[in-house]
Amino acid sequence: MTNELLNELTFFVLAIFVGFEVISKVPTILHTPLMSGTNAIHGIILVGAILIAAGANSPVTIVLGLVAVILATTNVVGGFVVTDRMLEMFKGRQAAKK
Amino acid sequence: MNTIIALAYLLAAALFILGLKQLSSPKGARNGNFTAAAGMVIALGATVPLLHFTKAGLEITAVGLVIGTLIGTVGARMVRMTAIPQMVALFNGVGGGAAALVAVAELLKFGVHPPLAEVFPSVFSIVIGSVSFAGSMVAFAKLQELMTGTPITYPGQQIVNLLLAATIVGFAVAVLAVASIPFSFIALMVLALVLGVAFVLPIGGADMPVVISLLNACTGLAVAASGFTLNNFALIVAGTLVGASGSLLTKLMSDAMGRSLGNVLFGAFGQVRAGVTAVGSGGQARSVRSASAEDLGTLLAYSQRVIIVPGYGLAVAQAQHAARELADVLEKRGVEVEYAIHPVAGRMPGHMNVLLAEANVPYEQLKEMDQVNDDFKNADVALIVGANDVVNPAARTTPGSPIYGMPILNADQAKNVIFMKRSMRPGFAGIENELMYGPNTVMFFGDAKDSLTKLVSAVKAA
Repeated sequence: MTNELLNELTFFVLAIFVGFEVISKVPTILHTPLMSGTNAIHGIILVGAILIAAGANSPVTIVLGLVAVILATTNVVGGFVVTDRMLEMFKGRQAAKK
Repeated sequence: MNTIIALAYLLAAALFILGLKQLSSPKGARNGNFTAAAGMVIALGATVPLLHFTKAGLEITAVGLVIGTLIGTVGARMVRMTAIPQMVALFNGVGGGAAALVAVAELLKFGVHPPLAEVFPSVFSIVIGSVSFAGSMVAFAKLQELMTGTPITYPGQQIVNLLLAATIVGFAVAVLAVASIPFSFIALMVLALVLGVAFVLPIGGADMPVVISLLNACTGLAVAASGFTLNNFALIVAGTLVGASGSLLTKLMSDAMGRSLGNVLFGAFGQVRAGVTAVGSGGQARSVRSASAEDLGTLLAYSQRVIIVPGYGLAVAQAQHAARELADVLEKRGVEVEYAIHPVAGRMPGHMNVLLAEANVPYEQLKEMDQVNDDFKNADVALIVGANDVVNPAARTTPGSPIYGMPILNADQAKNVIFMKRSMRPGFAGIENELMYGPNTVMFFGDAKDSLTKLVSAVKAA
């Protein structure tokens, strides 16, 4: 096993534990926004899509790269915007509380 | 330079973790979203120095970013609050699709015999990403009502799905052990797409939130796997975070519905028969009582305590403002009004809170199920607006019903029940509701918004 793979495995395993711990107690009303927020975070695949698209040099890679960038960008942008719209509503609720 | 990139990725990962932390408490939720978005910008910025653009590469990257941003912004801005669940499904699906495509493109670079450390995560990413893509699209179609929301089942379905999964595993092993050629990736992708569809078809529309959450976690893992292929720290950490937190969230969501995850995913099998007989026996001509707006207005106006039970019908009719108006007139007459919010009211946990908050309903009037369930027996009227399954007593009394065991609101214990509904059609779970035939239940048919407006004027006149 190479050093690099070993490092990657370490990050992977540690990230699993962090992921479990960080959201251990979530009130029901936040389930949907939280799902939407994590949904936006996995839009990080855009980094991978850009890495692929940038080096595209054949018809196949051009098509793959283009589609991947479109899909991933939609995921990131749509994900964050829609989450914000949901959470915006809670702000209204806090104002009503006062 | 590489050190700076690595540090930037580390910062991005820290921001993602912080963002998730903030997102899980009501106070910091909105900031959490910004924190995570900042992490995303940093991760993308740090990637720029790694890019070696070809001419075509530069063009497609720019075009792709513009198109994706347009679709994402317009889609997320234009969508009505009631349609948000299916929007999340859509955004999740495209992420899964992107992960699968990235893995395919990366594998193509390696030729016929790539090293195992590269090909294993790529194959994983292709399969899981494609399942997530196809599954999310079916979830979208079900929620958007482009197709029926009731479970689609046929004899031998489980065996077919198992065979499909086994074929995929077989193909994957062949790619790993024998040769990785473009044909095999395409075959794998197609099979995984079919599996994604087949997996979600037998799951009822009401359970879609849990399915979307599960597929969300899957996409996270597919992204992490792509990170192993590309040797990219940011992808591995962010993808794994989503995979882990998404899995936990999926469990929390099915717990909130009082069901096990296995029951949600595979529960349709064998329950179909019970569901059909339940509808069959109840579907005979049975009489329900209905009343005029004036009568109901009087009943409401002279009550002491009214509990409003909002459901998806209220959301669809955009009736949240009308509901608040009714509550306002009632309160002016000294009637105590509360809203009973079932954890899964609407189409997603928390969906109803968001909608009512939008209509400026005071926070203190929104009562969660556990807080309010004992109050029903002291209530003069339980006003059910477009809710159905969450007040169905079959969840307590009928073993074998698809919703048996789900915690419900005890609306049936109120002295009077006003059941506002468009028609006698069963709810999203596709089962009959005994409460409609209850001795103290009055039906009030019509669009939720129109009906509420009528009640408002009736109460004013009373």
